[in-house]
Amino acid sequence: MLFFRTHMTVLLRPITAIGAFVLGVLEFLGGLAYLIRDTFVASRQGLFSRRAWRFAWKHLWFQADRVGVKSIPIVSLVMMCIGAILALQMAPILRDFGQVQLVANIISIAVFRELGPLVSAVVLTGFAGASIAAEIGSMVVSEEIEALEAEAIDPIRFLVVPRVFATTIMMVCIAVVGDLMGIIGGLLTSHFFLGLNYHQYLSRTFEQVKIKDFHTGLWKAAVFGVLISSFACFLGLRVTGGATGVGVATTRTVVLTIVALIFVDLMFTAAFYYLGL
Amino acid sequence: MESAIQVLGVTKKFDTRTVLDAIRLDVYRGETLCILGGSGSGKSTLLRLMIGNLPPDGGDIVGLGKSLSKMTDGEMTEYRKSIGVLFQSGALYNSMTVGENVALPLREHTDLPDETIEIMVKIKLELVGLRRHADKMPAELSGGMKKRAGLARAIALDPKILFYDEPSAGLDPVTSHEIDILISDLNRKLGVTSVVVTHEMDSAFRIADRMVLLDRGKFIVSGTPDEMKDSTDPLVRQFVHGLIDGPLTERRLADGYEDDLLEGSV
Repeated sequence: MLFFRTHMTVLLRPITAIGAFVLGVLEFLGGLAYLIRDTFVASRQGLFSRRAWRFAWKHLWFQADRVGVKSIPIVSLVMMCIGAILALQMAPILRDFGQVQLVANIISIAVFRELGPLVSAVVLTGFAGASIAAEIGSMVVSEEIEALEAEAIDPIRFLVVPRVFATTIMMVCIAVVGDLMGIIGGLLTSHFFLGLNYHQYLSRTFEQVKIKDFHTGLWKAAVFGVLISSFACFLGLRVTGGATGVGVATTRTVVLTIVALIFVDLMFTAAFYYLGL
Repeated sequence: MESAIQVLGVTKKFDTRTVLDAIRLDVYRGETLCILGGSGSGKSTLLRLMIGNLPPDGGDIVGLGKSLSKMTDGEMTEYRKSIGVLFQSGALYNSMTVGENVALPLREHTDLPDETIEIMVKIKLELVGLRRHADKMPAELSGGMKKRAGLARAIALDPKILFYDEPSAGLDPVTSHEIDILISDLNRKLGVTSVVVTHEMDSAFRIADRMVLLDRGKFIVSGTPDEMKDSTDPLVRQFVHGLIDGPLTERRLADGYEDDLLEGSV
């Protein structure tokens, strides 16, 4: 009987582990969904009430500056490099078909629809997401969150709402900046290395890009902004174990957010494909 | 005497460990009650239950005449506006100045104009001796100053009950004595009820009207400071007088330390 029980335990271990993993994922996603719901419910009082006009918007602009404005230089640099990389990678292939001028068409679609929002979001995850998770995690460790609750101040309304709204708004703005810098990176590379003049490049860009290419990218950017800030706030608020916990939360924020961004981007791309957008 | 807070048979567990076991306590209006106990005895858990940050697993807590577990969100907000809490580390918001920390409850819960809030902040900071430090950030303050600033924030809304979580923790004896005088002064000037969680006996004897001793989740004694000093209970005597020998030491020695060493397990 003991022999049978021991072997059954060994056999059941992988099943138990898989079950525990699935339950953990469901618990995580459920908690995150509740946080996003609570954030939008709290935003009515947090941003749009009479008292909020005095103070909450000041917090929001501060967060927008910290999350968005300060990340513009790094996003610009990264997207210029992306534009240059795309141009140099595609040119040899297109040259074989005598169509090197199509570099401008391809870069414009890739940047506006995909790389502008996605790469900007990945940069913002490292720049702002990690920072938000570390900040809120430190507040948990130093009892500041408990103090807010003891003073009847809802931590979701006070901390999460301005961060989520600021990150969402600024992510859209940064996506626009990223799109522009990606085009410029491709433009400069095409002019100096591929023999395309500025007029040629820009006219092909404007011919190719439709308004739907631009706004689908911005919709993605807005959702990415919600994801980045929600993951960061959620993982920050769940910190346990002191400084080690803050470090773990920061790392998990970056890793899980990037995975989520790619997955959600896939969902959006498939949906836009089927909708003909 | 009228009760400000009643703890009615409260039990609290974390996983399988029972931290508080069906405890009963009355905190009377206007008194300074010290809740004593060793590390891990459940003092801070009890404080968090009384301020509504944790729900009990059994029993109930009645605060200012209302059951905490039956309060609506609005009633809990009103209850929390009637209490003030000084956390062990001060729990100042590190992104705000001292003045902004004290102003926050006033900004969040009142419609007072900025000029009035500024005056009230100065009054609260003057009570704790920090009026000239309003523009400093928490990182620029000493430990004692952080506690004072935390206290100024705790009294911002003129609470009826003040909770102190280890107010002397981490402070030198002189600063600790200053904090004790501040607690007594505020009690007298503001007429508040004070609940002080501590294991610092010197502080407790300076400020307490009444003391209770918590051990392994149960209250084992309640009395005035003189009654505690004169108690003949061996555990109370060991804790109050800081004696080396006694039930607490015997308990520690009986927990299998020698066996653990010989087995080599950690």
